Amino acid sequence: MNLETAWTPDQPIVSLKDVHKSFGNLEVLKGVSLDVMKGEVICIIGPSGSGKSTLIRCVNALNDIQAGSITVEGQEVHDPNLDKLELRKKVGMVFQQYNLFPHKTALENVMMAPLLVLKQDKAKVEERARALMAKVRLQGKEDSYPGELSGGQQQRVAIARSLAMNPDVMLFDEVTAALDPETVKEVLVTIKDLAQEGMTCILVTHEMGFAREIADHIYFTDRGVIVEHGPPATFFKEAKDPRTQEFLSQIL
Amino acid sequence: MEEFFRQLADEAPRWNFIWMYEERQQGKILSGIWMTIKLSIACVIFSVVIGVIGAWLQGAQSRILRAIVQGYIQFFRNTPPFVQLLFFYFALGQFTPTYSPDGWLEVPVITNVGWAIISLSFFAGAFNVEIFRAGIEAVPESTVEASESLGFSRLQTYRYVVLPLAFRVCLPALNNNLVNLVKTTTQAFAIAVPELLYQSVTIWNDFPSAQNPTMLLLFTVYILLVAVLVFGMHRWERSMRIPGYGQ
Repeated sequence: MNLETAWTPDQPIVSLKDVHKSFGNLEVLKGVSLDVMKGEVICIIGPSGSGKSTLIRCVNALNDIQAGSITVEGQEVHDPNLDKLELRKKVGMVFQQYNLFPHKTALENVMMAPLLVLKQDKAKVEERARALMAKVRLQGKEDSYPGELSGGQQQRVAIARSLAMNPDVMLFDEVTAALDPETVKEVLVTIKDLAQEGMTCILVTHEMGFAREIADHIYFTDRGVIVEHGPPATFFKEAKDPRTQEFLSQIL
Repeated sequence: MEEFFRQLADEAPRWNFIWMYEERQQGKILSGIWMTIKLSIACVIFSVVIGVIGAWLQGAQSRILRAIVQGYIQFFRNTPPFVQLLFFYFALGQFTPTYSPDGWLEVPVITNVGWAIISLSFFAGAFNVEIFRAGIEAVPESTVEASESLGFSRLQTYRYVVLPLAFRVCLPALNNNLVNLVKTTTQAFAIAVPELLYQSVTIWNDFPSAQNPTMLLLFTVYILLVAVLVFGMHRWERSMRIPGYGQ
C-alpha cells in the first residue's frame, strides 16, 4: 500500500483527521482535525496541558495515536508498516530544550544526521552544514560545544540540525519557552526567515505577537480539542468562543 | 645487587629475596606477573563488552531477552566469584570437548586459563551491565527523541548518542569495578592458573624463608598494576571531558 505517490502539492501536506490520543486513562486529544498546505505557517496556541505539544509530536510519530488519522504528504503516519526513516526525512523537529548532542560540536551536530542517516558524502555535508550555520547567523561558532553556547545559539544550532535533513515540514515545539527574553528574538528571526522562504511550519508557541506576525492560520486548543481557528487578522480581533476570549484576555 | 640480597638472606633468614638472585625463581615471578597482566587485560575487555551488550539487551523489545539478562545479572552478582570459578572449571569443564595432539594426551579445548577468563569476565560483566544501565538511564529521554526525530535507527542512537554520553557518566563506577576485577584475578589460583599469586605460593612453599619478601612483592605489584589501570582510566576520563558540559 503506497499512498505516497497519490499525493500532489495542491492537497494538504499535513492532514489530521479526528485524532484521539490518550496517556493511560487521560485523554489528551479528543478528536483533532486540521490541514496544512505546502508553504503554510500555522501556529497552535492554548493554555498549558491543552495537548498542543502532544499534537505536533504525533505528527512525526514520537507519540502514537489511538484513533483517527495523520498523513504527511499523503502517507499515513500511524500505519504500523510505516518506514519511520522516510517520515523523518520529511519532517524536522525542534524542541523546547534544544536537545543538542552535548558531546559533539555545533558543526558535528548539524552534520551527524546527513552522514549517518542519509549516508551523504562527507565533504558535501560539511559544506552544507557550514552554509546552514551561516544561515542561522552562527558563523564562527562551528567548533563550539553546545555547553559553550547560549540558549538562543543552541536553539539555532538545533534548527540548522533539522534543516540539514532537507525536510518538507518543520515542527517547532515551544522553541522559545526556555529562552531568556533577549535571545528569544534571534530565534524568532531565524524562524521567520524560514517561513518567508516558503518552508511549511507548524509551531506551538506562546509568543502571540510572533504568531500574529508570521502565521497564515492560528489554531486555539483547549482540553484536547480545537476550540477555534482562523487567520490571525480575524482570530485575535473577533474570537467568538468564550474560552478563546478568556485566554486571549489573559495573555494579550 | 644480587650479592647484596644473597648476603641479606644469610644474615636475616626471614628476608630471603630469593627471586632477586636465583634465576629460576625470578622466572616464576616474571611469568606470574605476565600471566596476571594477560588475565587482567582479557577480563577487562570481555567484561566491558559483556556490559555494553547486556545493557543494550536490557532495553530490547523482547521480554524473554530482558529476562535472560536479568537472570544472568542476578546469578553472577549474587554468588561468590570463587564458587563460580570452581563451577566453570570443575563442573562445566567436564563437558568441554578435548583433542589429542599425539594420540595419547587428551587436551581440553578450553584450558584453565580460558575458564578463568570466561568466569571472571562474566562475573565482572554482570556488574558492568548494571553500571552501564545506570549511565544509560542518565541520558535524557529528550536527547534520544531528538536523535530519533532525525531518523537515527535504534542502534545508531545507541552507538552515537546514548553510549558516548552514558560512558562519561559511568566511568567512575566502571573504574571501581575494573580495579576489583584486576584484584579478583588472584582467585584463578584455585584452578592452578600460573598467575602471580600461584607462582608466589609455589616459591614460599619451596622456600619458607622467602615468604615475607614475596608477600611484600605481591602487594607492591598489585598496587602498581591498579595504579596503571587507574591512571589510564583517568586519562581517558579527561580526554572525554566535554567543554561546558556537566560541570
